[in-house]
Amino acid sequence: MAKKVLMKGNEAIAEAAIKSGCRHYFGYPITPQTEIAEYMAKRMPKVGGLCLQAESEIAAINMVLGAASAGVRVMTSSSSPGISLKSEGISYIAGCDLPCLILNVQRGGPGLGGIQPAQSDYYQATKANGHGDMHLIVVAPASVQEMASLTGLAFDLGDKYRIPVMMLADGALGQMMEPVDFEGIGCETLPEKPWAACGHGGKRKHNVINSLFIQPEELERTVIERFERYKVIEENEVRYEEYMTEDADIVIVSYGITSRICKTAIANARKQGVKVGMLRPITLWPYPKAALRRLAETASQFLTVELNMGQMVDDVKLAIECKKPVSFFGRTGGMMPSTDEVTAEIMKLAKGGNN
Amino acid sequence: MTTGILIAGFGGQGVQFSGKQIAKTGMYEGKQVSFLSSYGPEMRGGTSNCSVIISDEEIGSPLVTTPDVLIAFNIASYDKFESKIKAGGILFADSTLIAKKSEREDITAYYIPATGLANENGLTGFANVIMLGYVMAVTGLFSYETFLGHMVESIPESKAALIEKNKKALEIGFNYKA
Repeated sequence: MAKKVLMKGNEAIAEAAIKSGCRHYFGYPITPQTEIAEYMAKRMPKVGGLCLQAESEIAAINMVLGAASAGVRVMTSSSSPGISLKSEGISYIAGCDLPCLILNVQRGGPGLGGIQPAQSDYYQATKANGHGDMHLIVVAPASVQEMASLTGLAFDLGDKYRIPVMMLADGALGQMMEPVDFEGIGCETLPEKPWAACGHGGKRKHNVINSLFIQPEELERTVIERFERYKVIEENEVRYEEYMTEDADIVIVSYGITSRICKTAIANARKQGVKVGMLRPITLWPYPKAALRRLAETASQFLTVELNMGQMVDDVKLAIECKKPVSFFGRTGGMMPSTDEVTAEIMKLAKGGNN
Repeated sequence: MTTGILIAGFGGQGVQFSGKQIAKTGMYEGKQVSFLSSYGPEMRGGTSNCSVIISDEEIGSPLVTTPDVLIAFNIASYDKFESKIKAGGILFADSTLIAKKSEREDITAYYIPATGLANENGLTGFANVIMLGYVMAVTGLFSYETFLGHMVESIPESKAALIEKNKKALEIGFNYKA
């Protein structure tokens, strides 16, 4: 067994990115994710990479666009307000079909908000992290170990489908330390990128990376082609974890740090005789719709638990076509629900207090 | 079994160091562990606290709000968290800086003048390690050898002089009798 190391989530992502062949990092400091830039600044020069603190989030995301155009593995990271600033660049990257990793270590909002953990950028990440018809693959880790393993997956999926990938974490995951094992994380050889706009010594026709299509027919064609790729992603890349759902009457849907609180609450409620389980989406886009539809056949009700005022709850209702009642419980603004609060909510629903 | 530990004090008293050492030791002993330090407004106000969880099972929330074990290094932390200790829980207080005694009957309280002992033994700045030695002796949460071994390991060669001081501090705490 490889030696486990105790690391912050932010550090684990940075190390996993380097192990996955990322040699370019562009960022701008913001709590609670600055350890990533700190780690990259120390490590990148030692592995022949580049860590650059840009003059702003906007500059950083456009540096990512440039580096991704040249075909290298590249990432940026920020927290909620900084991600909003990156939105325009993210849309350009999507429009140019470029792979990259964008990490959002969420904090409470709106506006400058606070610096404590939140999940209030769910809508932004999964619906519209930029203008236009577009999606990002969105992955949501729930532990420091998973932050490392999903970083590797994010780079692989990005390259495979030529799509930007967002990792949606939160301040608690970014700041907490847990044992992490890097065995199996990373890759020996990076995929070829024949489309990249990089130097070729005049040996081939030059590649063009562009998101501007003045002719509507042409733009429509590129968007439709991209959506065909999105369909393949939806068919093949959905990831989720089911926990005690076999006999579950109440199914909790929760992701990231919140899902861990739910797991403990489920154990508590089970001790009191309530049949409760959880589906934890690991990809937030594509969303595990089919799995939820299947659970709607047997469960009598759903409960989403989030660190916001109720965002993912909409996707659960859509996935199960409102066939069963879906209720919501959450805290916001940087507050985390206690295990007891979630247990109490489960018990309330079990006693018929739904809706 | 799951043990939630809350460590709190002034910035600079070694609160974060203590938490990390406990988490690391738990990890090396094959337990599930998590460590979450405060990074919020309280940190900017000069106080510091961290949550450590050591468990045989998968860890849920990393945040310890109702600790099984509270280690308080200053009066502000004592005032803030003493009432939050779980029934049946344990309080450790640095009695050099905390003059109060807990009136709760549902917890066990241990007092050690860690800062005073550190100063008397030429170990100023090592009160946290003295405290850790005492916590270890009382709770048996982890073994003295594992803890010492990994603490020594985490001290860089350039600071080798600190190894002896850490050992001495740990011993004083471990052998302390109230």
